[in-house]
Amino acid sequence: MVAKFDLNDDNVVVVIGTGAGGGVLSNELAQKGVKVVALEAGGRYLPEDYVNDEWESFGQLAWTDPRTTSGDWRVSRDFSGLPAWIVKAVGGATTHWAGASLRIQEHEFKTQTHYGDVEGASLLDWPITLADLEPYYDKAEKKLGVTRTNGIPGLPGNNNFKVFEAGAKKLGYKEVSTGRMAINPVDYDDRLACQQTGFCFQGCKWGAKWSAAYTDIPRGEATGNLEVRENAQVARILHNDEGKVTGVEYFDKDGALQMQKARVVCVAGNSLESPRMLLNSASAMFPDGLANSSGMVGKNYMRHMTGSVYAAFDKPVRMWRGTTMAGIIQDEARHDPSRGFVGGYELETLGLGVPFMAAFLDPGAWGRSFTSAMDSYENMAGMWIVGEDMPQESNRVTLNNEVKDQWGLPVANVHFTDHPNDIAMRNHAYQQGKAVYEAVGATRTFPTPPYPSTHNLGTNRMSAKVQDGVVNKWGQSHDIDNLFISDGSQFTTGAAENPTLTIVSLAIRQADRIASEMSQKNL
Amino acid sequence: MTKETKPTNLTRRALLGRAAAAGSLAVIGGGFIAAPNASWALTVNVISSHQMATIFQMARDIYPHDQIGDEYYVIAVKGYDSDGTKDMIAEGVAALDASAKAAGFADYLSVGWESDRVKLLTAMEDTGFFQTIRGGLVTGLYNQKAVWPIFGYEGESFSKGGYVDRGFNDINWL
Repeated sequence: MVAKFDLNDDNVVVVIGTGAGGGVLSNELAQKGVKVVALEAGGRYLPEDYVNDEWESFGQLAWTDPRTTSGDWRVSRDFSGLPAWIVKAVGGATTHWAGASLRIQEHEFKTQTHYGDVEGASLLDWPITLADLEPYYDKAEKKLGVTRTNGIPGLPGNNNFKVFEAGAKKLGYKEVSTGRMAINPVDYDDRLACQQTGFCFQGCKWGAKWSAAYTDIPRGEATGNLEVRENAQVARILHNDEGKVTGVEYFDKDGALQMQKARVVCVAGNSLESPRMLLNSASAMFPDGLANSSGMVGKNYMRHMTGSVYAAFDKPVRMWRGTTMAGIIQDEARHDPSRGFVGGYELETLGLGVPFMAAFLDPGAWGRSFTSAMDSYENMAGMWIVGEDMPQESNRVTLNNEVKDQWGLPVANVHFTDHPNDIAMRNHAYQQGKAVYEAVGATRTFPTPPYPSTHNLGTNRMSAKVQDGVVNKWGQSHDIDNLFISDGSQFTTGAAENPTLTIVSLAIRQADRIASEMSQKNL
Repeated sequence: MTKETKPTNLTRRALLGRAAAAGSLAVIGGGFIAAPNASWALTVNVISSHQMATIFQMARDIYPHDQIGDEYYVIAVKGYDSDGTKDMIAEGVAALDASAKAAGFADYLSVGWESDRVKLLTAMEDTGFFQTIRGGLVTGLYNQKAVWPIFGYEGESFSKGGYVDRGFNDINWL
């Protein structure tokens, strides 16, 4: 039943990437009868393949092809070759995401309007509103089986959540719960209920957490309209003299260069690889890369204002037991400049195992200050901070022509420096996180710096005006009608919420648009 | 190739009697290093036993966990007994010993207090040698499954059906 399309079939839509954006888009198009070839750089791993061991799983799933970093962010110092922790596999980062599924707030679609001029920030209103996206959020929540929507109950709280919740309530926080999670509290949509196994970041071995790898991808394939080519590394996107894209060159699993013709190309390689592909596709007609007349491809890289707070107690917590991230405080997610910054942040429970705690608690640290913290591991609780960071044109993905990957393609350099607003927000969040744990007796707290980025956004941003961004409100490039961006790189601004639900919603919406435009012969 | 050996022909008394270094470690000579309590022993083939003893002590000083036995630190550093790293180790240990001498000690292993050894390490913490040893320990020590229970960490739970019926929410002191 799985489709096989000819390389010369120029009626197919080629989708690059199979994660929250590309995986969902591929299935949604296939369900509508559109022929799709999905090119995935990684291999295919399913629940039986996932490994509940942090470093071994990292070796199995993470994107570890070379990348470089620059800028003032600490990741560039501590993990200079690993700017992002994202997945190279069918299903992309939906394999390792935590499952947090939040809608962007209404005002966060209009940050330029609501936040005003923030020096050094390239804020812009999205060309769509919450109302535009609400019908698609509805569909996405149903698809993912998001808790606390559609009559699905919340997840039960684990030990880490109970500490977090008790501290939050003592502090007077009102909006604290196990959150909206794409993890089944009960069997749903042919997927099992959560068994509180931990290791959500390593791929859910029960399939309780939604991942495109074992939902949208096989369902798309079952229509006979979707062919997924694994281990296919895209080199560049080709175009004709009229400036329309015509196909995609990629290295197949054997390293041979292939060219798949295409009627439409949708790029969903995440906010690092998508701009890299557009820039690596530069030609005589488009010397600065495809879709880049604005010069915005790769600019305005956002990674969310993040950080963590861990705390040691005098009694065991065992934070690794159960869901990795089912707990949220939303009281600080509002826009309230009286706190000393614009935008807001979420506090979400997070647990790491000993191997990752050793690597990420305070990278580079050594000696008794560090090891005595590790000695308290069993008594630790933890939370992650995720807030809106300011878009800055100087934070950007560029090609590093000095460093080539295994196919000889220039790699992405990721340059990032915190905006003063990001720093003010992080410091506020550190204080609040610390207060949450001290309210329930923490004996020591650890303001942990950001990890390599998991939320990579903004490098092909959506804009009403051509000069402000790369794509329009449909994710269609301003410059080339049959070239779309289908991942988080199209986010105009980052908002405070974990981005996957919005990426999925945009993909469902974009599939409607592409199918309709194709049937009307506009594409 | 480094291999672990059991000091079958050496009694505990003999090992202690031949110990050449201060601290917790007995450098026996002839490429043979053993714990004073004979709980583990190691032969080195490429680097000297003094060099191996020194980087072992460095490992204990960089990530000191009093409840973690020497054998886990040995596992974390024994890979440095190799052709690929022997020059780096020789230079690094020589530099560390030189700074110990400058501070009035015979060599690094002769420095009795951890706090004094940490001062010497702090002075060299930006060197490639120190950062290689430290960075290697992050996985070399903490990614050993055998040390996880010492921290209370239980590792994977899938094979036991997760924690849904085994205490994911059993906290009782809040």
